[in-house]
Amino acid sequence: MDAEAAKVLGAGLAAIGAGIAALGVGNVFAAFLEGALRNPGAADGQQGRLFIGFAAAELLGLLAFVIAMILVFVA
Amino acid sequence: MAESGKIDPMHQFTIEPLFGTDHLAIGGYNIAFTNSALYMVAAALVLWIFVLGGMKRALVPGRWQVAVEYFTGFINNLLLANVGEGGKKYVPYVFSLFMFILLANFLGMLPLGLVGLHPFTFTSHFTATGVLAIMSFAIVLIVGFAKHGFHFFSLFIPHGTPAPMIPVIFPIELISFMVRPFSLGLRLFVAMTAGHVLLKVLAGFVINSSNAGVGYGLTVGTASFVLMIGISALEMLVAVIQAYVFALLTSVYINDAENLH
Repeated sequence: MDAEAAKVLGAGLAAIGAGIAALGVGNVFAAFLEGALRNPGAADGQQGRLFIGFAAAELLGLLAFVIAMILVFVA
Repeated sequence: MAESGKIDPMHQFTIEPLFGTDHLAIGGYNIAFTNSALYMVAAALVLWIFVLGGMKRALVPGRWQVAVEYFTGFINNLLLANVGEGGKKYVPYVFSLFMFILLANFLGMLPLGLVGLHPFTFTSHFTATGVLAIMSFAIVLIVGFAKHGFHFFSLFIPHGTPAPMIPVIFPIELISFMVRPFSLGLRLFVAMTAGHVLLKVLAGFVINSSNAGVGYGLTVGTASFVLMIGISALEMLVAVIQAYVFALLTSVYINDAENLH
């Protein structure tokens, strides 16, 4: 396979990671809402943990984006 | 740019020396005053003016003072919830960090292109966010070792780890600790970069489809433009969330240094 084609294909494949990270972020907020609607009184105290979970899940999607950018512009 | 029909979405991240300081150097290192530096100065200046206007300490606060006290109170609560009483002394640092990143993200999104200027988001460069992350990480290391000495290494062995598991757990925890400054800086940098690239790609759709003809301009161009407005609103949300996440993770890491486990 042509090296240039392999790079672009790899960047496209990295986009799968971004999509799966979206599932993860959706899961974090879905689980939070589910818990928060059952016990609204405890919801405000857990917002910090919500965003820690969000940041951890989001990071992998961002890493997928970095891989795509490196493949397209640097490699 | 427009004549070739190819719009480079990465061009907005170019760092350019300003005011003829291209060859300013100290000891062989170029220290030109760049557009990145200009926006850092602007962010620091806006933050300084913002806080200065709210330091009147009036008994009945005006609007400005309430705005400043809202932000300081927000950071104060953040540190109180994550670090406890010992977190009070980090309020100035985390407040400056949060506001600096927040203002940087927003200054880079100002529609200054309308008057011919080039807005620049310096948080979309890993050099800038990396230094901010290293600052937070250095505080964690310095406080951790100054306060607990070599007992700080017990951070890498969670409570109740069975003795045979320690050789396995220790390297895993050590790696997860050492990766923190990278993930902290990378998160902010990539989130800002991705959003700005997306906006410029959509802007390229609008320009290219309008150039291709009225029919394309009305269908593709209008749809892309509406999408751009929505994405811009999303970008503002991301700007706030990323600044908040940076401050939140910094306070979580400071908690490790302050209280171990």
